[in-house]
Amino acid sequence: MPKDSGIGASSKRREDVRFLTGTGNYTDDINLNGQAYVHFLRSDVAHGRLNKVDTSVAAEMPGVVRIFTGADFEGVGGLPCGWQVTDKHGNPMQEPAHPVLAQGKVRHVGDPIAAVVAETAAQARNAAEAIELDIEELPAVIDMKEAVKEGATKVHDDLESNLCYDWGFVEENKAAVDEAFEKAAHVTTLELVNQRLVANPMEPRVAVGDYNRATGDSTLYTTSQNPHVIRLLMGAFVLGIPEHKLRVVAPDVGGGFGSKIFHYAEEAFCTFAAKALARPVKWTSSRSEAFISDAHGRDHVTKIELALDADNNFTALRTDTYANMGAYLSTFAPSVPTWLHGTLMAGNYKTPLIYVNVKAVFTNTVAVDAYRGAGRPEATFQLERVIDKAARELGVDPVALRRQNFITEFPYATPVAVEYDTGDYNATMDKLLEMVDRDGFEARAAESAKSGKLRGFGVNTYIEACGIAPSALVGQLGARAGLYESATVRVNATGGLVVMTGSHSHGQGHETAFPQVVADMIGISEDMVEVVHGDTANTPMGMGTYGSRSLAVGGSAIVRATEKIINKAKKIAAHLMEASEGDIELKDGQFTVAGTDKSVAWGDVTLAAYVPHNYPLEEIEPGLEETAFYDPANFTYPAGAYACEVEVDPDTGKVTICSFAAADDFGNVVNPMIVEGQVHGGLAQGIGQALLEGAVYDDNGQLLSASYMDYAMPRADDLPSFQVDHSCATPCTHNPLGVKGCGEAGAIGSPPAVVNAVVDALQRGGHNVTHIDMPLSPGRVWQAMNG
Amino acid sequence: MSKRIHVSTTVNGDEADFLCDPRETLLDCLRDHLGVMGVKEGCGTGDCGACSVTLDGRLVCSCLVLGVEAEGKEVGTVEGMAAGEVLHPLQRKFIEHAALQCGICTPGILVAAKTLLERNPDPTETELRYWLAGNLCRCTGYDKIIRAVMDAAAEMREAS
Repeated sequence: MPKDSGIGASSKRREDVRFLTGTGNYTDDINLNGQAYVHFLRSDVAHGRLNKVDTSVAAEMPGVVRIFTGADFEGVGGLPCGWQVTDKHGNPMQEPAHPVLAQGKVRHVGDPIAAVVAETAAQARNAAEAIELDIEELPAVIDMKEAVKEGATKVHDDLESNLCYDWGFVEENKAAVDEAFEKAAHVTTLELVNQRLVANPMEPRVAVGDYNRATGDSTLYTTSQNPHVIRLLMGAFVLGIPEHKLRVVAPDVGGGFGSKIFHYAEEAFCTFAAKALARPVKWTSSRSEAFISDAHGRDHVTKIELALDADNNFTALRTDTYANMGAYLSTFAPSVPTWLHGTLMAGNYKTPLIYVNVKAVFTNTVAVDAYRGAGRPEATFQLERVIDKAARELGVDPVALRRQNFITEFPYATPVAVEYDTGDYNATMDKLLEMVDRDGFEARAAESAKSGKLRGFGVNTYIEACGIAPSALVGQLGARAGLYESATVRVNATGGLVVMTGSHSHGQGHETAFPQVVADMIGISEDMVEVVHGDTANTPMGMGTYGSRSLAVGGSAIVRATEKIINKAKKIAAHLMEASEGDIELKDGQFTVAGTDKSVAWGDVTLAAYVPHNYPLEEIEPGLEETAFYDPANFTYPAGAYACEVEVDPDTGKVTICSFAAADDFGNVVNPMIVEGQVHGGLAQGIGQALLEGAVYDDNGQLLSASYMDYAMPRADDLPSFQVDHSCATPCTHNPLGVKGCGEAGAIGSPPAVVNAVVDALQRGGHNVTHIDMPLSPGRVWQAMNG
Repeated sequence: MSKRIHVSTTVNGDEADFLCDPRETLLDCLRDHLGVMGVKEGCGTGDCGACSVTLDGRLVCSCLVLGVEAEGKEVGTVEGMAAGEVLHPLQRKFIEHAALQCGICTPGILVAAKTLLERNPDPTETELRYWLAGNLCRCTGYDKIIRAVMDAAAEMREAS
């Protein structure tokens, strides 16, 4: 029976009414009295020496308040990188400076050179056009393999080369891995590209800086997934504002998908300029600007090799990846191709020996950082593609080959440093095959053939590591941050609760799901619980929302804080009922004394806490408010099996998705309706990557796909309805809710299923095609079919 | 700056006047001069549909229409869909199906869907997907949006 409230119920999203009536409060909806507008003049060349930035004519233009250039930021900190990777020789990565406004050189198209603050946005734009630039254009470094060649033009003159790091993982395993390849009965090799993507949340970034001259307090309103992280990075490393004088507010945020994790120059600029001018300063990104200033995602070039013995058991895996960092290190960029990618290379399989090499490279392109899945889609794609290729080479069923190599015993320590706590990969595969009617495929293929179409079936599994933790471990791995989450639960006198969370909702439905957890624990109505998030002034220091961490880490903090509340409330109830604390039970919002008919209601206890006339003041303080910080013991490991069926039109190369099915193991589920939506959204982004999307630079570093006319986003007519299931649940063993996270799964698991299906269709049609690089546009598919 | 122009229009049935630069878009006029904040800018080039409104019943991207073009016309936005506290069937069904996540594209999608159902109360799924192809949503994968609109259409047909 589906529940109608609490954990496991599909409670309707309470945030929806405001979004459906146009009454949400997004950052661009915030307008402060006396605000000025900023327009950034950005580089239109990929690489150049900045000889002159003459603002004298522009400064006299109508409405101009002030024009800032890199010179105004000398002595101000640069944008910091939050993760330091150590290379295979034990040396720290090369870490370039990242000024707020360009100093000396511009390094990618979109690099901000000057910022015009004016009375209106139009005036700021007009004046920016009057700034006179003298840029001595330098050769642009775009291709990663060219960038690391001896003598290549350097993106950063003060670094030794364009190689950020050369990472080997696990370096000690390398000799054993190489030896296993020499002994292998079969080796399958695949070279592939995991193309550059643009996250493209539908709300472009916005920043509004404000400064209070009377108090000296700065406030930044920003489209962020983690306001506390922005406050810390910007305050401590860029502008030198102590946190108690700096408030960061991320109100309703229109999607992020990773791209709003990072601390951006525009945030620091608006905060800085508001103080310098003593008036609010607002920046709203245009979509064109977003394409050349939001951090991009993926952009890996990989060679993967899989070794098998004579019985088709996987014996070793070896990968060699070039990972694009872009021109600067975005906040968490170095961690993505390393600790979020290398650690997942075991996938769902008991391959005993794995070696991952990653060369991170600077190029004259927009910085690349985490985008939905972040490293895990890249790991899953190459692994699931090489396994599919191996199955075809060996003439075995791709499902059977996978099953034969599945990890079946838990906990399982992989050779790439992580320990899966729980899972059941056969169960999700069984469920998947039941959902897709694989036996009926031949009949459907025959039907497609009647209309001249080639039909194909693709399957894959995935595993991801979510809720990255514990802090002590990630610190050893190079994180310059902790990865706990916080919650304060405040109970009011009349019994209602406010949950102040360090997590941040930008579409995930926290305002609905978190109250389900708290209400369930106390046995009260969800309506009695309200969630506050997104404002450093009224939430405890938290790390924000990314990496599918909010329920697993943030939700666990809420559970811990609520447990503290319940413990204290039981003490109060014991006093009120003159009973022993150990005998108090809480059910359905009533405290009872075990074995008696004595009871007091939740509201009686909360009132007593704030009107402590009859209260154990000698034992406990009045009030009912508790805070918890939860630092997980391990990652969580959602996993699943995905299948895609496609039709390919051999005349045009156009791929149509006929069906897509996802069987996921997310552990326990708090709100199935929200989880379903998260999977749908992930699938759309993964299918978008497989078929449509791609950020393309020309040799001069011009971004050719910098608008929705050129960057193909998945639209309603590109996608099918999805079949999703999350009934095969193996609850996480180390967090109190037994939850694993579901936000990224769809984007991680879906690209290989699509490509596997297209390759299957083409091979069934007699085409000797073993791989096509994404996006599988009609042109690429047709080309592959026709040599 | 060029001389401002006085525009008299109707927004969601209410008379509205504003002064604008002749180069300002209807989108900016609605947001900046009339405080109609449900209209969102997703791209500014007519590719994403977040700023969809109706102009005399015709579905338009308000980022591609000048504010002065609203003179004497009727503008319809998401703010005009609910009757007081009573939500439009599309809005109700969007909640029931969780057909939105971050909400930024939602006003445009609602306006577009409402316009379709006024012309074609019984669309097929294919017709609906083509109609909504002008509205980008990055969160939902469209599945629940399609379910919600089909469900609302069925309910509205029954009620009429």
